Amino acid sequence: MLYYAAPIFLPLFGAVIAGLFGRVIGARAAQLVTCGAMGAAAVLSIVVFNEVVLQGEVGTVVLFDWFSSGDLDVDWLLRFDELTGVMVFVVCVVSFLIHVYSIGYMAHDPHVPRFFAYLSLFTFFMLALVSADNFLQMFFGWEGVGLVSYLLIGFWYRRPSANAAAIKAFVVNRVGDFGFALGILAIFLMFDTVSFDAVFAGAPGMVDAELTFLGHSFDFLEVACILLFVGAMGKSAQFLLHTWLPDAMEGPTPVSALIHAATMVTAGVFMVARLSPIFEYAPIALSVVTFFGATTAIFAATIAITQNDIKRVIAYSTCSQLGYMFFACGVSAYGAGIFHLTTHAFFKALLFLGAGAVIHAMSDEQDMRKMGGIWRMIPLTYVLMWVGNLALAGIFPFSGFFSKDIILESAFASHTGLGMYAFGLGILAAFLTAFYSWRLLFLTFHGKPRADERVMAHVHEAPAVMWVPLVGLAIGAIVIGYLMLPMVATDIDFWGTSILVLPIHNALEEAHHVDFWVKALPMAVGVLGIAGAFLFYVLKPELPGLLAARARPVYLFLLNKWYFDELYDILFVRSAKYLGRNLWKQGDGAVIDGIGPDGIAAATLSVARRAVKLQSGYVYHYAFAMLLGLAAIVTWYLIAGR
Amino acid sequence: MTDWPILSTVTFLPLVGVFFILLIRGEEKQVAANSRHLALWTSVVTFALSLVLVADFDTTTAEFQFVEFVPWLPEHNIAYHLGVDGISIFFLILTTFLIPICILASWEAIGTRVREFMIAFLVMETLIVGVFCSLDFVMFYIFFEGQLIPMFLIIGIWGGARRVYSAFKFFLYTLVGSVLFLLAILFMYLDAGTTDIPTLLVHEFAPAVQTWLWLALFASFAVKLPMWPFHTWLPDAHVEAPTAGSVILAGILLKMGGYGFLRFSLPMLPDASEFFVPFVYSLSVVAIIYTSLVALMQQDMKKLIAYSSVAHMGIVTIGIFTFTGQGIEGGIIQMLSHGIVSAALFLCVGVVYDRTHTREIADYGGLVHRMPIYAFVLMVFTLAAIGLPGTSGFVGEFMVLVGAFQSNTWVASLALTGVILGAAYMLWLYRRVIFGELTKENLKSITDLNWREVGIFAPLVSLALVLGLYPEPFLDVLHVSVENLIAQTRGAADLPVADVPERVPVPTLAALN
Repeated sequence: MLYYAAPIFLPLFGAVIAGLFGRVIGARAAQLVTCGAMGAAAVLSIVVFNEVVLQGEVGTVVLFDWFSSGDLDVDWLLRFDELTGVMVFVVCVVSFLIHVYSIGYMAHDPHVPRFFAYLSLFTFFMLALVSADNFLQMFFGWEGVGLVSYLLIGFWYRRPSANAAAIKAFVVNRVGDFGFALGILAIFLMFDTVSFDAVFAGAPGMVDAELTFLGHSFDFLEVACILLFVGAMGKSAQFLLHTWLPDAMEGPTPVSALIHAATMVTAGVFMVARLSPIFEYAPIALSVVTFFGATTAIFAATIAITQNDIKRVIAYSTCSQLGYMFFACGVSAYGAGIFHLTTHAFFKALLFLGAGAVIHAMSDEQDMRKMGGIWRMIPLTYVLMWVGNLALAGIFPFSGFFSKDIILESAFASHTGLGMYAFGLGILAAFLTAFYSWRLLFLTFHGKPRADERVMAHVHEAPAVMWVPLVGLAIGAIVIGYLMLPMVATDIDFWGTSILVLPIHNALEEAHHVDFWVKALPMAVGVLGIAGAFLFYVLKPELPGLLAARARPVYLFLLNKWYFDELYDILFVRSAKYLGRNLWKQGDGAVIDGIGPDGIAAATLSVARRAVKLQSGYVYHYAFAMLLGLAAIVTWYLIAGR
Repeated sequence: MTDWPILSTVTFLPLVGVFFILLIRGEEKQVAANSRHLALWTSVVTFALSLVLVADFDTTTAEFQFVEFVPWLPEHNIAYHLGVDGISIFFLILTTFLIPICILASWEAIGTRVREFMIAFLVMETLIVGVFCSLDFVMFYIFFEGQLIPMFLIIGIWGGARRVYSAFKFFLYTLVGSVLFLLAILFMYLDAGTTDIPTLLVHEFAPAVQTWLWLALFASFAVKLPMWPFHTWLPDAHVEAPTAGSVILAGILLKMGGYGFLRFSLPMLPDASEFFVPFVYSLSVVAIIYTSLVALMQQDMKKLIAYSSVAHMGIVTIGIFTFTGQGIEGGIIQMLSHGIVSAALFLCVGVVYDRTHTREIADYGGLVHRMPIYAFVLMVFTLAAIGLPGTSGFVGEFMVLVGAFQSNTWVASLALTGVILGAAYMLWLYRRVIFGELTKENLKSITDLNWREVGIFAPLVSLALVLGLYPEPFLDVLHVSVENLIAQTRGAADLPVADVPERVPVPTLAALN
């Protein structure tokens, strides 16, 4: 079972070689070593998938102790169960394809070894996250992917905007981690352990346990789960903590594909699924998950329809799709959430890399208003983008159809108010998804060319090293949905013990028995969305402008992303700077130093200066002082001596 | 090894080096070169000797080890008494480890009065090591206050433009604490009849007396650490001190405050320590948030790191005053980590300061184009400073928070906000110095780390990672001593004793005689 660990550590090996010795061995060797290690990891991940998920050979690989103190005992352990098996497979395969694609995409970059080192290092941290056997190890991977995401967003460090986006991503994620860390602390306080197995085993006994948090008594499991979910919201860019994801598009496109679509941002969903044995006993927390998931799904979709940057549209689409995954988990259909995570990894990576191919063809132009009319010139990219969008919009028989359908059906079948909220918004978001996907297709590929002639003359199909991985992802986007259907089947125990669903939370089971209209609706609105986009951007291209002018406030509200960036800037960034400056100048400078050392020094000096003046050197001054003293003493004796 | 006075050797070996440096004669250049080499070799040998202590250290007992006892003023129960336990040994090693690094870092940076500088450093090493192994209050006080003098000279002579103001501020602050500390020692002596620390550890002071004694000790330790609002000397001292001075200041001198709390306040004055918990928590939380916000707005690299030190020390004091195993061990690990990381950060500032003679953040930008190795090293320590899991900063911080969460969720939550702010100010600093276009004229020819500098940073980088990935061996040494400390504190303060092992007997004067 030791070889299970190989796919986890191979990427680390590649990263270290390329990162530390990249200058010595050169770009080609760095690519070779990272892609080679990643390829081997991908092959092994399929072996692991077969062994763990299909054969049920679950187990753990013990590495070594991390730290211990009293009851706190943390080890480095790799956990291989069905959930990990699926994730390792998805991460390794998608990451490998993106590694290969990057050889072509980054060919002209002077920092190739560094780029590949980061990509591989990221993959390692992601694998460490999904194979963690305790909360802290998960946190290790969690922060690790955050770090590499920071490094990769800021990869082009000459750009101020890239640097700003990188810091924003890290700090917003830290806000989420604030919740995650508190959640871990609460878990340890009550369970006296951070190991998954022990916590999961103890969870049923903790129902009704109380935790005094910030002076109030709460239901312990609810509080812990909500705190942990705050971490998930940060990493998975959910409503309120989403602001970093669109900005993260400053990184090179393969990064957007790997980190900000296929893998890292799904860590939050994975976390909720992994912790299903405690979330299941926290119904309020599950409602919170459902609410934020559904809200994000529609919120991000509304923004996506107005954005003009091709990568930002896909970024908001990612945000929205993550919302789907969350509300699936919120209605206890964890299997459906992970199913959508899997299909999404393939088709979203395909879309991003396809967009990368377009950007590549258009001489690094990302604004769709300056594209158009290029579909005949890059037919292969065009077809691949169609495949990706069909999968995203959930059109049969593409993979997204299967996963999105089951999520919406589960939400409907949960028969709760929030479930219906999620279902309603999910359907609406499905319509918008199809709409903005085809808006993207039409704006990018159809209509009259809006780029200048120099750019148009350069439009060319991507080299083989780029399109071959795209084809691989496209095949995944087509077949993976059907192949992975057992994930949500009711007659097969696909997940084993890795996911717990209480019998009362049988939404996934019920989802197979909903009315036909519920099953048909997602695809119907998808087709409707495509038709809408066709009407708006092909038949009557003047319509969008008219609509935007008529409903200008709404348009601006959406275009400016609901003004979250501006709001947060005032609330947090400016106020922190204001406070910092004043505490420094006034607090430290005027008050503490003023009363403390400087004040005392000044007071001593001033007393001394006055004392000095007494010594005037005139005899009559001294004589007068003596007289005064004598008078005072005599007076004292006269009064006190009585 | 028991008959060889190894602690005395480690403590006073640097003075032997000083003696030989004084003997050097010849041209000024020659004197400088010889002093550097002599100082370096003295400190390296001292470090090697101190490792013998680790090798022979018995991790199964909380008793003081390598004990040396020579009556000094027997009629007054004052003695020359040395010994280390699981807590002090780490500070001792940290000291002997950092001094050679400081000397290497001053190799080219210090050009004037080299001989005197090296002497000051070696004298300081003796005094600091003495602090961590003294088991008699009189000796402790002499060492503790004695190191003020070389530090005052290092800032005042080899410092920057405002060095005199800073040196006096540093001296004044510390001296006020010292006076009260001395009063406390006098009182303890009159009350217990001895200044022997192991005896005082089991002496029970009346609760009313404890409060006053605690406050007197607090005055000294809070200034050293420093805690808010006694911290304003630190940014000034750091800014003006030469690089090596900052390294020692941040790396070791600050830790004396924490060590003082652990060695004296908690076990000797348990009732008062318990009484003042809310007070310490409040100051610590304010320190974390306040100084993190202030750090955000700094324009001077050293000041920024100085303020971040105050925030990190806030975590330490929270940990110590949780009275839990995780909290105290976390606090100690956090101190060690900070000793490595902040020392390294100051060294990083020193590297670019030596080349450009400015510490203003605005004067830099785009260094990665010319200094990729430097960028990597600074990244490692930036990450360690913001407590990324896998680096030394995380383990201590997390353990402290585990302890704090058990005692007060408010404190843990507020302390955690420092985690967010910490990421903000450190990454912003990194971005402004390292990333962006390289536009400044004087940076266009800046050179990357040379071999000497790589040699300085290599051990620090390794330690920051080892302490983050596999801190277990370090914790093993701590466990028994910290358990003993908790037993002494809790047992006396009548706190609910939870899972505390039996009290380990502490050697007393009588037993040793």
